[in-house]
Amino acid sequence: MSAAQLSGQDVETEVTEFLRTKVKQTVAPDEDLFASGLVASMFAMELVVHLEQRYGVAILGSDLRLDNFRTVRAMGALVERLRGA
Amino acid sequence: MADRLEGVLVVLGAGVMGTAIAVTAAGHGRRVVLVDVDPAARDRARGRMDLHLRHAGLLGAFPDGVVPAAVEVVEEFDPAADVVAVVEAVTERADLKAKVIADVSAALPPGVPLISNTSSIPIDELADAAMRPEDLVGTHFMNPAYLIRQVEVVRGPRTGDAAMAAVAALLADMGRHAVVVRDSPGFVTSRLLHPMINDAARIVEEGVAAADDVDALMQGCLGHRTGPLRTADLIGLDNLVDALLVLHERTGDDRARPCDLLLRKVRDGDLGRKSGRGFYDYEEALS
Repeated sequence: MSAAQLSGQDVETEVTEFLRTKVKQTVAPDEDLFASGLVASMFAMELVVHLEQRYGVAILGSDLRLDNFRTVRAMGALVERLRGA
Repeated sequence: MADRLEGVLVVLGAGVMGTAIAVTAAGHGRRVVLVDVDPAARDRARGRMDLHLRHAGLLGAFPDGVVPAAVEVVEEFDPAADVVAVVEAVTERADLKAKVIADVSAALPPGVPLISNTSSIPIDELADAAMRPEDLVGTHFMNPAYLIRQVEVVRGPRTGDAAMAAVAALLADMGRHAVVVRDSPGFVTSRLLHPMINDAARIVEEGVAAADDVDALMQGCLGHRTGPLRTADLIGLDNLVDALLVLHERTGDDRARPCDLLLRKVRDGDLGRKSGRGFYDYEEALS
């Protein structure tokens, strides 16, 4: 399925899978990735770049803040909003 | 002092460290000129700087309300510019650094600090190449320089008080916290860290544990924030080998002799994050 056809729910599923390959844990949609230490400062930027490349969005300005990447759900919502869904 | 802090920071060497130091200063509003003779290095630096600025923004690493200054990426150092200090961040080899220090110190006015950013080379060795050893100060920024506020500052036996004060003011202006140490191979951080990373690589080489298990144990059991082998990938394995050789040649410590696995990875071009692969694979273009 192309990235353009994915729903917010699909994005969450994919991001969860991406995280599972990277941090070798399955995270819950609302789990705080920074508080749990699963995502550190370098990996946070990898997440930004990954979302941009996979979903064809540009994450800029005030959207570029940690709260948007704190949980899988927040990332799904951000991608959905930036795609103008 | 106030006037001097108005000047341009010149950074020599547009590799990983030079580029990140340039971005750190620019993010605190200081104009920066980043110099590299290699056009490919200049192109890579231009590409990386935007990513660095975004990364710093994401982590809130730069002060609110300060517009990042421009970083001019050029081929040649212009000593006529209004220079607050020069940072040399060329490859971690004493001969290359000495050559740059000799050339630049001959062109700089007295009293402008010349900073050698090095992870391991004693400043007093480099001071032999400087026209005015009193103006030469060592720094050891960590990677990524724009996120890690702590900087190891090295005072050589011939470094003057004025240069130390000027560098302290400059680093404070860049939002950095300095810890000053005396001159010695590897200073404090590399002397402790690099042999440990080398041992971690040996453990992988011997098949005792995989890289991610070594890091998981150091992180989960011992509280190491990044893990030694992820740290190695951040440092750059070529730089790590160069620094280990500096340590080994000067201390005779066999733990600092680069292990075969590190040498092989460098030979294969697997240099860590900057090349996309080291002990780990990095898929996307990263800082």
